[in-house]
Amino acid sequence: MGRIVLNRDRCKACYLCMDACPNKVLEADTTVNALGYYPVKVNSEKQCVGCAMCAKVCPDIAIEKVYR
Amino acid sequence: MEQLVYSKPESIKDDFKISFCPGCDHGIAAKLVAEVLDELNVREKTIGIASVGCSVFSYDFFNVDIVESPHGRSLAVATGVKRSKPDKVVFTYQGDGDLASIGIGETIHSMTRGEKVTAICINNTTYGMTGGQAGPTTLLGQITTTTTKGRDPEIAGYPIKICELLKELEGTAFVARVSVDTPAAIMNAKKCIKKAFEAQLKGLGTGFVEILATCPTNWKMTPQEAHERVRNEMAQVFKPGIYKDKVSEAE
Ligand SMILES: Cc1ncc(C[n+]2csc(CCOP(=O)(O)OP(=O)(O)O)c2C)c(N)n1
Ligand code: SF4
Repeated sequence: MGRIVLNRDRCKACYLCMDACPNKVLEADTTVNALGYYPVKVNSEKQCVGCAMCAKVCPDIAIEKVYR
Repeated sequence: MEQLVYSKPESIKDDFKISFCPGCDHGIAAKLVAEVLDELNVREKTIGIASVGCSVFSYDFFNVDIVESPHGRSLAVATGVKRSKPDKVVFTYQGDGDLASIGIGETIHSMTRGEKVTAICINNTTYGMTGGQAGPTTLLGQITTTTTKGRDPEIAGYPIKICELLKELEGTAFVARVSVDTPAAIMNAKKCIKKAFEAQLKGLGTGFVEILATCPTNWKMTPQEAHERVRNEMAQVFKPGIYKDKVSEAE
């Protein structure tokens, strides 16, 4: 059981986190953020394990905190 | 009870601004440097030297004092800062054009003198900030805005292998080449960056890490395709590994 704190307005939509997440918890949002990108969002039906892989690969520190 | 397992490093400002393009490895590399400063507990006595290139805005995100250097002169500036304030931890954060082209004189001489500083070099095989011209590390056959038919060694010579060159200098204490294209590679890169700082902290000489990095914008690739290129093309020519490690020898 895990949880991420995502700042959607820092995401530049590189989607490197989507590939890094073992459970495919992250997906592209359908509305743009403050920067004009389609940021990632958490799919609440998928289970986050709190591995922090998404945070490790994020070049923009959009994933600010990970809890497990 | 829920436990915090990751949070933004303290060595990144709270109101940080990251001006790199989407998916650029510069962001991952800079964050690793910040994580290492946190882990070594040296943030408050660290002075960073920002270079000219996409790393020029280092003062927008590193939560340490930063001196901006002219293009290529980061290691000369670092020398001055460290010699006048030897109790400080000093690092440079440079592109490969900055460190291995216009600044190669400063690089070779500071590392031959064994300045007790740490140098981090982002090798993306191009001049990123100025729009993707050929640089010292541009691969043979690589198309850039100044090698429109691919780099031809008859005209533009060969790519410089930075680690292979710097490991020969007697003043270097740690020399490694890493990539940040997978979570495993990122963890390995962090270990090497830490050793490059330990080389300085233990007074052994210069610590150096070359990071094989992407420039998705000028390579005209997605960040994912760019990481494939790091693995399939760059790492074949620029072999990742630890080239010199006086830190472990001293332990
Ligand atoms: C003395 C001087 N010459 C040239 C330039 C133009 N210039 C700005 S950035 C840059 C190259 C940066 O490339 P690199 O160091 O590889 O860093 P990157 O942008 O790829 O991270 C150049 C040539 C300059 N600013 N100053
Ligand atoms: S131009 Fe290239 S190196 Fe510079 S921030 Fe953009 S992707 Fe990164």
